[in-house]
Amino acid sequence: MHPILSTLIKRIGLGLVSLFFVSLIIFSSIQLLPGDFVEAQLGQSRTEETVAAFRKELGLDKPFHIRYANWVASAVQGDFGSTFSGRSATYANQPQQNTSRTVTSLLKPRLYNTFFLAGMTAIIAVPISLLLGITAALYRNSFYDRAVNASALTTISMPEFFVAYILIIFLGSMYQFFPSLSNVTSSTPFFDRVYLTFMPALTLTLVTVAHMMRMTRAAIINLLSSPYIEMAELKGLSRSRVIIEHALPNAWAPISNIIAFNLAYLIVGVVVVEVVFVYPGVGQLMVDSVIKRDIPVVQGCALVFALTYILLNLIADVISIVTNPRLLYPK
Amino acid sequence: MSTSTNQYTAKDEVASVFIKRTFLQRSWITLKKAPFTAWLGMTIVLFYVFVAIFAPLIAPYGEAEIFKTPYAPWNETHVFGTDRLGRDILTRLIYGARNTMGIAVLTTLLAFVIGGGLGLLSAILRGWVDQLLARFVDVLMAIPSLIFALMLLSIFGSTALNLIIIIAVLDSTRVYRLSRAVGMNVAVMEYVEAAKLRGEKIGWIMVREILPNILPPLVAEFGLRFCYVFLMIASLSFLGVGIQPPTADWGSMVRETGELIQFAYSFADYQFFLIPILPAAAIGILTIGVNFVVDWFLYLTSGLKDEHK
Repeated sequence: MHPILSTLIKRIGLGLVSLFFVSLIIFSSIQLLPGDFVEAQLGQSRTEETVAAFRKELGLDKPFHIRYANWVASAVQGDFGSTFSGRSATYANQPQQNTSRTVTSLLKPRLYNTFFLAGMTAIIAVPISLLLGITAALYRNSFYDRAVNASALTTISMPEFFVAYILIIFLGSMYQFFPSLSNVTSSTPFFDRVYLTFMPALTLTLVTVAHMMRMTRAAIINLLSSPYIEMAELKGLSRSRVIIEHALPNAWAPISNIIAFNLAYLIVGVVVVEVVFVYPGVGQLMVDSVIKRDIPVVQGCALVFALTYILLNLIADVISIVTNPRLLYPK
Repeated sequence: MSTSTNQYTAKDEVASVFIKRTFLQRSWITLKKAPFTAWLGMTIVLFYVFVAIFAPLIAPYGEAEIFKTPYAPWNETHVFGTDRLGRDILTRLIYGARNTMGIAVLTTLLAFVIGGGLGLLSAILRGWVDQLLARFVDVLMAIPSLIFALMLLSIFGSTALNLIIIIAVLDSTRVYRLSRAVGMNVAVMEYVEAAKLRGEKIGWIMVREILPNILPPLVAEFGLRFCYVFLMIASLSFLGVGIQPPTADWGSMVRETGELIQFAYSFADYQFFLIPILPAAAIGILTIGVNFVVDWFLYLTSGLKDEHK
């Protein structure tokens, strides 16, 4: 078999294995609960019938591996079960009342919103950080390089909510350019949505640009120390030609890795930023459900986040395998 | 036998060339050469530690003491005013240093005990123990740690103890990776081999043979992990699932006072926006300070210093 193909298959297989274990961890987390989950959830007003009914509703009367298989089978079809809040069994007196919603119906519109926010951030952040990183490497140790680096280090050290609040003060409150509440709905037209999403996207951009720019700079400077670059410099080529024509083609693999890594980082950053701007995304749903301890929703959100994270890392590795000939021949 | 002091010996002459300095003297010489950023970082860190340790003595009021006027303006009795329940904000900032930093330090220490111990164990034992642990860590690292922490906190509940244990376990994966990697390099040295042949127990080899030789990278990593843990705890508290009230902590202070920002229409309303910004800035400044110190420490221990000067 072609070595590139077997490396790819190995990497994708590894991704699937970790996906399997991640789903196992997320699913079994509910088993880790100290004490009896059903009794704790139903609280004081529980009767033997409601406990049994709730247990059956959750499927807790079946053995672990069957429950896991059922859960995975329905999760693959996009069904993460239904929320705990508003379950019929939690109302001891009126069993016919069931206001529980399916996790999928909660997740779907929010998933779109979160990807919209992450996508918008990526469109702004990736070109800016590549440009900053490459120019900083080009004029390294200059005043420009130091200024960019110092501001990057400062943004990295700040918690996301700090950056978000500073932006709200200046752009949302003192000078009211942008709304500081991003309450988009599914019927919001596209341009209004961009306008409403601008502040959270800007916050995330500031946080990720710093990371991406520093890593791009490091990757390019690392390349610049290799002999063939010295050769090109000794030939008398201009600095920009050395970087753009000689260094950059070899830097695509690390750069694609950096971009994917930071898009994955966006997923984590999204949680805090969504809460600050009351943006209706998956992150906010997850935090709300954690406070309410609505486990099926938390599981669904965690699975979605973990899946995206693993996929992005997988894509980055695949790109670096495909673009880097040295990886074709592992030792 | 006469022991006069001006008697010549060759040993004395040789010894006089090399001035034996005490640890303090040597540290002072290194410190004098430290760059400005390192000094700044150390000053910041020491200031925070001082405030954290002597919080009850410095703070003007009690941690959860409630006064009559909520949202009191800044004045002599309440330097930074009071929050919506009427608690003195300066006091809560000072106690916040103790609580937020204390929990972050404990978490990082625990993460190092777990991660470092298992990492060294992997490096020494190799074989299936190493494989099993390494694969397990890979899987844990495949889930973003903030998401994982949120999930676990929803299951176990947000108490300070749970917070420390959950974040320490999640963060120990990174420590494990590092200590395993650097431990591997040392574990193949002859003196480790000799210790094994001497019949030393594995605990001795870990603590007395390998640990002293991998200490510098671990100490630097401790600083970085502390920043990471500190920011994570602050974020979780900000989200309302971290440190719970009435314990004063910076993340939840930002959350509680954040709504005041909407009243800041100009710089004249500085009180409104500074109240939530103060705790957030306290978090950011400490992180920057620790980063400065770690940068300098890495530079000192990396062996690059001779090339530069």
